[in-house]
Amino acid sequence: MNWISNYVRPKIGSLFNRREVPENLWTKCDECGSMLFHRELAENQNVCTQCGNHMPITPRARFRALFDGGAFTEIPVTAPTPDPLQFRDQKKYPDRLRAAQRETGEKEAMLVVQGEIGRVPVVAAGQDFTFMAGSMGMYVGNAILAAATRAVERRCPLVLFSAAGGARMQEGILSLMQMPRTTVAVEMLKEAGLPYIVILTHPTTGGVTASYAMLGDVHIAEPGALICFAGPRVIEQTIREKLPEGFQRAEYLLDHGMLDRVTDRRHQREELTVILRMLLGLDPAVQADLPPPVLSNAAAVATQPAASAER
Amino acid sequence: MTQYLDFEKQLADLEGKAEELRAMAERDDDVDEQARALDQKAKQRLQTLYKNLTPWQKCQVARHPDRPHCRDYVRDLFTEYTPLAGDRNFADDHAVMGGLARLDGRAVVIIGHEKGNDTKSRLEHNFGMARPEGYRKAIRLMDLADRFGLPVITLIDTPGAYPGKGAEERGQSEAIARSTQRCLRLGVPMVSVIVGEGGSGGAVAFATANRVAMLEHSVYSVISPEGCASILWKDAEKMREAAEALRLTAQDLKRLGVIDRIIAEPVGGAQRDGRAAVAAVGEALTDLLGGFAGMDPAAIRAERRQKFVAMGAKGLAA
Repeated sequence: MNWISNYVRPKIGSLFNRREVPENLWTKCDECGSMLFHRELAENQNVCTQCGNHMPITPRARFRALFDGGAFTEIPVTAPTPDPLQFRDQKKYPDRLRAAQRETGEKEAMLVVQGEIGRVPVVAAGQDFTFMAGSMGMYVGNAILAAATRAVERRCPLVLFSAAGGARMQEGILSLMQMPRTTVAVEMLKEAGLPYIVILTHPTTGGVTASYAMLGDVHIAEPGALICFAGPRVIEQTIREKLPEGFQRAEYLLDHGMLDRVTDRRHQREELTVILRMLLGLDPAVQADLPPPVLSNAAAVATQPAASAER
Repeated sequence: MTQYLDFEKQLADLEGKAEELRAMAERDDDVDEQARALDQKAKQRLQTLYKNLTPWQKCQVARHPDRPHCRDYVRDLFTEYTPLAGDRNFADDHAVMGGLARLDGRAVVIIGHEKGNDTKSRLEHNFGMARPEGYRKAIRLMDLADRFGLPVITLIDTPGAYPGKGAEERGQSEAIARSTQRCLRLGVPMVSVIVGEGGSGGAVAFATANRVAMLEHSVYSVISPEGCASILWKDAEKMREAAEALRLTAQDLKRLGVIDRIIAEPVGGAQRDGRAAVAAVGEALTDLLGGFAGMDPAAIRAERRQKFVAMGAKGLAA
């Protein structure tokens, strides 16, 4: 495909037509450098069609592509005490939070929803790396507890998509305390005999990996995702040697026994349907019977106002 | 002689002068008087200094090499200590010590980080930084405790989990996560004391306990002040500011409701009178464990969980 013809022409066209065309129609793959048209990218859930690189995706976009008919409803999360430590670094923590809310249009770094995947009722939680690096603070802890509570109430599985730079430093020790708190949530599911599936996405690091992300019944990772406790830079500084290629990437963890599977984002829906139906003792899904998810931007616009209207 | 910390310079001068005077004239009453006056001054100085330690100074005190370490506590507080080794999978991690012992005659399982106190032993104990095997050994010991109804006592003193290549390959994250999970599943009472550094995930994996106490000048944090400074201030030298912002002192953590008790240290810190510090920890352990007499396993488990679920809801106003 000649990207120049696709790339240049629409831009010139929009100049002459003076129509309101959204910006950023094209995204460059940070792995192979291919220019990807936004519609094509959305249809492929932000996976590069040329090299298969999994680019970041917001939980909302992910859930539209995951749930039957792209339909899901949000589960409310208890808001924690704002700025519990009155943390000041070069910026005030509330200012950083507000900036992240403005940029993302989201309340916090985790979205909790319910819907159906392959006609199986499911609660899903998605961590949003675009929101302060997905960092785990009180809100994320509350979100996971809310997700587990709802899953137990509805007697349905929890599917959790992890993505985080680690703990939210601005919440200090309280961010560390989310490790036991979220583990309590995992325990609720285990005791209720409900499947807890973790999908580890790029990157999943620090206290997040060392708590709920590594306690799933099944661990699935996205190709190429960095998954670790200590980051590669910290390790290189400690051991003073260069780390091997692919160290701490999903495929490496699969090799070292920490994951069950590495699965392309575009196949996760089918895979989850198959796994969940087996774990829940249901008959195999009849593919033709399943309502397809939504793989375009149109729905994106449709579902967002509900969330922003709350604020 | 004690190893002085940088903020103790004036104190070191005073104590040094007194020492010099005594060395100069052993039986001169006049000199003796002067030396005593200096001693008195030094003592006062020490008292005020340690009453007003900044968070960063507390980090330095918490890391002081002369503070009592896990093996000092085990030697002085417990009888019949029987170390148990190995994770039954890969290795025995010397950063974590543990086994069976008796506290006031009662059998318990004790688990703790050991940092070592000279170059050789520090290397042997990997500076108290556990690898996955350390957490898996702890899990195994907790299994044992649970099966035979023995309370679990943990002593926390670690800069954090070891950031090494092998540690990552063998599942550092998974080992920490499972250790925290194992703590939460215990049907026996669990009491943790942070006796020095409570470093991040490496600490919480052993400190998800019914009761968590801290020595007065110990610290407990999600990240070291140096690490936090280099990320948020882009300058590792801003550790003083970071230590302040992180609220990692026992006093702040008590206000936040993250810990249950502060154990007073002798004047000038545990490093100046190890025996007194060890004894104070012993008393606290006996007292804290005593509170669980007659509680059944389900209630102990539920109490621990509820405590962590409720934690942090009120911020500093807790």
